[in-house]
Parts: sequence; structure tokens; C-alpha cells
Amino acid sequence: MSEKNLYDVIIVGGGIVGTSAALKLRSFGLTVCLLERGVCGSRSSGINYGGVRRQGRSLAQMPLTQRAHSIWGRLKEMIGIDGEYVRSGHLKLARSQADMESLTRYKERTAEIDLGLELLSSAQLRARFPWLGERAIGGSLCPEDGHANPRLISPAFARAALRAGTQIFENCSAQSFLHNGQHFEVKVDIQAEPLKSVFLLNCAGAWSNNVCETFGEKVPMTNSHPLMVVTDALPAFMNLSLGVEGGGVYVRQVSRGNCVLGGSQGYQLDANRARPGGDGIELVLKGAVELLPNLRHAQVVRTWSGVEGRLPDREPVISFSSTTPGLLHGFGFAGAGFQIGPAVGEVLAEMVAHGKTSIPIEAFSIKRF
Amino acid sequence: MKPLNDSKQTGHAQFRRLHEKNRPSVEFSIDGQAYQALLGDTVLTALLTNQGAIRRTEFSGQKRAGFCLMGACQDCWIWLESGERLRACSTMLESGMRLITGLTEDPQHE
Amino acid sequence: MNDIPVIIGAGPAGIRAAQTLVEFGVRPIILDEGMRWGGQIYRQQPTNFGRTSRQLYGFDSSKADALSKVFMGLMNQVDYRPQSLVWNVEQNRLDVIHQGQSTMLPWQSLIVATGATDRVLPFPGWTLPGVFTMGATQIALKYQACAIGAQVILAGTGPLLYLVAYQYVKAGATVLAVLDTAHFSSQIKALPGLLNQPIQLARGMYYVGWLMSRGIKIRRGIRIVRAEGKNTIEALVIKNERGVVETLPCDALGVGYALRPETQIADGLGCEFKFDPMQRAHVPVKDIAGRSSLDGVYLAGDGAGIMGADAAELSGELSALALVLDRAVHPGDAEPLRRRAKYLERRIQNITRFRAGLETAFPCPDNWIEQLTDETIICRCEEITFGHIRDAITTCDIREVNRLKALSRAGMGRCQGRMCSQASAEILAHLTKQPLLNVGRLRGQPPIKPVPAHILAEASTPKTEAAK
Repeated sequence: MSEKNLYDVIIVGGGIVGTSAALKLRSFGLTVCLLERGVCGSRSSGINYGGVRRQGRSLAQMPLTQRAHSIWGRLKEMIGIDGEYVRSGHLKLARSQADMESLTRYKERTAEIDLGLELLSSAQLRARFPWLGERAIGGSLCPEDGHANPRLISPAFARAALRAGTQIFENCSAQSFLHNGQHFEVKVDIQAEPLKSVFLLNCAGAWSNNVCETFGEKVPMTNSHPLMVVTDALPAFMNLSLGVEGGGVYVRQVSRGNCVLGGSQGYQLDANRARPGGDGIELVLKGAVELLPNLRHAQVVRTWSGVEGRLPDREPVISFSSTTPGLLHGFGFAGAGFQIGPAVGEVLAEMVAHGKTSIPIEAFSIKRF
Repeated sequence: MKPLNDSKQTGHAQFRRLHEKNRPSVEFSIDGQAYQALLGDTVLTALLTNQGAIRRTEFSGQKRAGFCLMGACQDCWIWLESGERLRACSTMLESGMRLITGLTEDPQHE
Repeated sequence: MNDIPVIIGAGPAGIRAAQTLVEFGVRPIILDEGMRWGGQIYRQQPTNFGRTSRQLYGFDSSKADALSKVFMGLMNQVDYRPQSLVWNVEQNRLDVIHQGQSTMLPWQSLIVATGATDRVLPFPGWTLPGVFTMGATQIALKYQACAIGAQVILAGTGPLLYLVAYQYVKAGATVLAVLDTAHFSSQIKALPGLLNQPIQLARGMYYVGWLMSRGIKIRRGIRIVRAEGKNTIEALVIKNERGVVETLPCDALGVGYALRPETQIADGLGCEFKFDPMQRAHVPVKDIAGRSSLDGVYLAGDGAGIMGADAAELSGELSALALVLDRAVHPGDAEPLRRRAKYLERRIQNITRFRAGLETAFPCPDNWIEQLTDETIICRCEEITFGHIRDAITTCDIREVNRLKALSRAGMGRCQGRMCSQASAEILAHLTKQPLLNVGRLRGQPPIKPVPAHILAEASTPKTEAAK
């Protein structure tokens, strides 16, 4: 394709899904144009908690999450930085007997997938992790899960896609989409001539319904606003990423010593932004300090929130369009898209290049609504 | 944070008292050693009239002695032995405070 | 009036705002982070100190006394809450920490009088013990009767440089040199502007003359190269007025380049900001009376843009008058209020012309970036160096300040950018060859200052209004 403004693929959205799709598509030799309204990796992909975990995902996500796991194992090779990624382990805590039973059932259900889960009793927790407060009565450890710094990693995927020859337009709003019978046409605010492509990838995160609606397949997506709190640097006491059964609070300590805490919800400021509120911040601290008394004297230094898209069943949409050939969707990760994002990108690229993917994705079809 | 150290501190005090020297004295400790300052001193003043710095940074361990004295730069947070922390420039010294700076200036340990 | 106005800050602006509101029968809540009213410029010494007002504030002692007298007289008519830190602001609520507890305070009218801190430009060695801001240098003396060292050098630019030198020598400290980065010619050029406030100008000249008569070396047109020392500052290396490098031994350095406004609360509320080229910073948008872009939010004093203590008093009164007029609290005829407001506006405009003169006389140096080495720390809290920032800008094609913070960590530390964001923005503008305005403005989030985790953890209970 040598005509200016004509590409094999246009990708809407420069988060981790869009940029990793671009990277893979370039390896297939396709021409790619990626459109990002702000700067790549600055939304959900850049402001999430940073958990890189398989444990806790639905069975339907298991093939994807295992594929992602091996991608994360080659991260530095792919994007040039380690982005503070560590396989420190993900420990999901039980705060009640019911929680523990739930964790046990999960281990049983996922036995075939070999996540390496270890169930730990209260005594075992205290022995291995003496800094845990009393609320935790047991847990499930996935030793190979871990965490990373999304602020560094997501933009790095974009830079890798750029080095691989992707045409990236940042600070560029896609204003309208249509299919003219031959190509997709995307009007953007940075130039008069529309961009054209054979394929269109909708990876616009919480704003993906714009494209869906244009092509007659709007989905029942709602917004959530994860709230994150960061402390100043504390002496190192924990390496792994901590969560609780049932969700609600998650904590990790980075190598510099800061603790990243998440949970609760911020509030939406406008269509594009969310803010952490006082109530939400206090709630996160309450849950975190309960789990980790070491945090009591930490200083809360930063907080943030963001906008994430979720579907009613908390599963994403990874799918060919139900209405328009050449259109593909990859969005709606309900706050859990960081680990699987790179695999979703690859899968979308395979669907474009080969018409199919080896990963089962029926559960993520847009037709299910 | 360097561990507590029994060595005696040597001389250099950063601040110089110019006036208001006739105030009651207040006993406190730095890294387990007994020191004195005056009632009405902030914790920062109490530290810097006895030694040359107040903490080491978390990352490189370089010494710091505060910077803005008005609660903006946040460079003077120090730990108490009880585990609490305080901002030295905006906290008044109290009798019996047990401060940790990790800075005992025994020349052998420099 | 249905709502109780809240004033944040009890410096000259906050005090005059409170006084004015009380005159109209309003009983404001005053949230003061400090231990006692006065802000920084009129900071009161601890109660067991004995120096006179004249010794503390010099020529400003009558102003300091007047403000203090006014505020003490108001005590029974206001709800004054010292040692209260506002750590979060939202549309209808504030979250305040007092004595280790956080409580929520609803608000409908707000006067934000949060004052200023020193404007800081990094140089190699500036994190050494013994290097303090000019404001700190003054506070050590004013508040704690201490000199920052035995052999002090004062450097930077601005009227504060000369005032602090005068105060230090008068109090018996040893000041080895007063080093102004501004050239004498700038000060001559600024005279017409400075003549708008003849008394201030005369005072400035008096300080210089007095210092010279005491044999204190005043040098102009110098550049700071680096501070040297092993564990503490031992010398300041400068380029002198002829461009020749000199090493000046010292054991303490007070350095400052005028002030920068504390705008975090205005930012947290969602006020609109604009770039002010004279201040080289983004400041909240406000009309001359202090109305921000948000209904019910008024901005007074240095916290909305540096204007000086005298203008802060005027703007405190003016913003309170604006609130009274807007809320129709005044009895009867509004005309006397409007006339008073007009009078205050004229006086503030006059001071603004003087401030422009000060900026001409004491310009912020524009060549400081050249002195930076790769190892110079820019972000003190996180120890992020100039080299690291430059590499991040290049590798990641950064052109905007929030992106720079996200990818380099500069500004992520405890001071939340207070000490480094000016420098980071100027470095980014310089390296990407953009005007300072184009690199954007740091977005703030709560907490407005660092807060101990346990205080917030313990606060998560049903909300009640903060009671005295």
C-alpha cells in the first residue's frame, strides 16, 4: 500500500492493547497507523495499579493470560526496558473462612492450567510474611505472578511500535468513522484528508463505544474509576503484590520502597477524567493499613484515578465486528487489562493477518450483548 | 536508615544561636545519645544546634539538613524511635523526644 | 447568610479578609496550617521568646503589630483553627487534619490565602547540608533566633536578599558576602517602576547603604557555579562580575530568587489557570477583586500570584468585600463598598507597577541551566538528576511536564513539585526549544501535602462536620 493516508490497519487508541497490536502487525509486514487522542499509554494502561497477574482471572481468560505470561517473560527484548517488572509473586489473602474456601475452589478449578498456586494457612503466612496484620487468615500464592510500572511500560510499547515502523499520531482525535464500500475512512483533527484502511481496530478503552455505535453495535459499557494511593519510600519489607479475595484492596511495594495501594473508587470529573475523592482515599488506607500495619507511619504522597471501561460480565470484548467486515474490537478490560493487554494485541494482529487466532475468544464476542 | 550507633558525636553544629539563649533547657536524644536544646526550639533547631545534618536520604544516603524551614520542601521528615515520623521544622521539641537521624559522626564511620 | 465562609491561611491576606467579613456580621472559619497567625512574613516567635517586634520585623514592625492586634481582637468573633492542614478540596467539601485527626468540612464560600514559598533554581551541590532557601534563612532568625551558620553567604536576587542580609548583620551574624545575580544596571533601569512605592525603594537603598557602611561585600552580576563540601557546604564557587571563577569559603548559604505562589488548593478546586510571563509560572485566573473562575471561590494574597505583603493585606480585604457583595450580605447601600473596593484596586494596581519594577531590577537568571552537570540533583525528594531528566526527554520524546514527571519521576516525591517543578519545566522548555508556556502545568491531586497513612486510615468513618 503506497498511497498516502492509506494503510492496511488503522488502530484507534494508543494504550497497551493498541500498541502491542501495532507491534505484532508490523512483524507481519502490514502498514499500520495508530491514533491516540492524548499521549500513548497515559490512560488506563498507564494509571492502573501495576499488577501483572494471572491468578484470579476467569477460566475464559486462562489461554490469554498464559500467552501474556510468556510475552511478559520476553518484555525487555520486545520493548527495550524492564519497566520495573518483577515476578515477585501475587498473594491473594483470605480474611474469612469463606474467603479461604473460595480460594481453594479456584485452585481446583484452574488445576489443569498450572498456575503453580500454593494455598497457605495462617501459620504459614505468619512464618513467611511476618509483616502481615491479623486480618489475613490464609492465602493463595502464585509465585510467578508479579508487578510492574505501567507508567513506563505502556509508553514503551508505543515506542517499540514506532521503531518497528508504525505511523503514530498523538494528540490526534478521531472525529468520525465510516466504511465507503472499499475502505474505512477516519476523519482526524490534525489534517483535512481522512485516513483510510482495510482494517480498523477499536482499542479505545473506556471510549470504545464511539466506534461501536458508529457501526451499529453499541455495547452496555459502564465506567469505573480505580483509585490509587502511593506512599513515600519505606524500608523494604515486602516484594510481592498483595490482594484480597473479593477484591477491594491491593498493595505492592516497589524496589525504591514506595507502596502503591489500590481499591475503592474515584469520581468522574468529565467525560475523560476522574479524580480521587477524600472518602475513597480514606477507604483505601483503611483497608491497606489493616492488612499491613507497617504502613501506619508511611506518608501518603500521591493519589490518582482514571477511567476504565467494563462490561456487565466483567469480560472484555475481543472480537470481529458483528456488523462490519474488517472491524475488530479489543476493549473493556474492567481494570484488569494490563497483564493480558500484550496478548490481546497479538491476538487482534493474528485475526487481522490470518483471519483467526489460536486463542479461544468466543467468550469475548461482541455478539453476546 | 542506618542503625543506631553508640559512638559519640563530634562537633560540627550547623545553626548558631544569636539571641534568646536564656531559655529553659530540654533533654532529648539523638540516635540513643543524650542531648540538650532549649524550650521553644523546633526539632530542626534542636538537631542543627547539636549536629550538622538531620537525616540521610532513602536512596543515596546523602545527608540533608532541611531546606525551606516553612513546611514546603518536606526535606526534614525524621523518625522517632517509637516508629512515628514528624516534620522537624514545624514540630516543637518536647522533653524526652527520642529522635533517629542515623548520623552519628564518628570519623571512623564516614 | 446561609453558609459560613472558610478562609484558608492566616497571613496578611487571611487576617484582613477575616477582619472585613466580621465587619459585616459574618463569622468565618479560618484554617491555618501554622501554629499561630501571621503567615511566613509576620511569623510569630514562640511564646517564651522575648525579642521585641522591632527586633523581629524591623521597619515592618508597625504593620506586624497592627495585624496581630486586629487578629487578637477578632478572636471571639471568628472560628480560628490553627495547626489545621487542608489536605483535600472538592466541590463542596474540605478535608482537614488537626491534631492527628482528619475531619470533613463542607464549604460554600472560600477565600484561599495560601501564600508563597521561595522560588528555587538548582545548582550543583544545592542539596548539601548548610544550603537553605532565603526564606528559611530569614525564618531561622525570625522564628528561632538562629543564624543558619557561623560564616554565611547570601546569594540569589530580589529584595529579600538585602533585607535578610541587613537583618542578619544587625542581629550579630557573620555575613561574608551578599551576591546578587542581577546587574546594577538592571536596578537603575527599574527605578521608574520602583518609584511607585517610594518608601519601599528608600528602604531597599537604606539596607544596601547600611550593609556597605558595615563593610559587607555586596557583589552584583555574579553567577552561582556550585556549592562544594564533603558533608556540609564548605565553599561557594561563583563566576564573578567579570566572568572569572572564584571560590568563596563559607559554612552556610542562603539562596533565593524571589517567591512562587502556593496554588495547590486553587488547582485542586478546579480553578482555571493562565500562564503569567512575569512570574514565569501558571497562576490561577482571577479578577482584580480576587474572584476565581469558580463561583464562591476567592483568591487573595501571594497564593494567587506574588504581590508582596502590603498588597496581600489589600487583596484580603478586597476579596472579602467581593464575597460580601456577591452574597448580598451588606446592609443597605452597596455604594460605599464599591468605592472602598475601587480604592483598594487602585492601590493594588500601583503595587503591581512596583512589582514589575522589582522584576526588572531583580530578574530571575536565565543562564542557570548552563551550570548544571549530569549529576546535579533537580528533584531533591527523589534524587532525580539533570542527566536522568535529559535522557528521559530524549529517549521518550517528552514535550510536556506531566509526561516528564511520569517518565522521569521528577516531582513524584514528598514536596510534590514545590521545590522542583519550576526548574523541571524550564529544563524541559530549554531542551525541547519550546516557550515555557507550551510545556504545560503540573496537574495536582490530593493530598495537598504529605499525610501520615494512619490518620487517613482512621478517618474512614461516617462523615461529620468538623466541630471546634
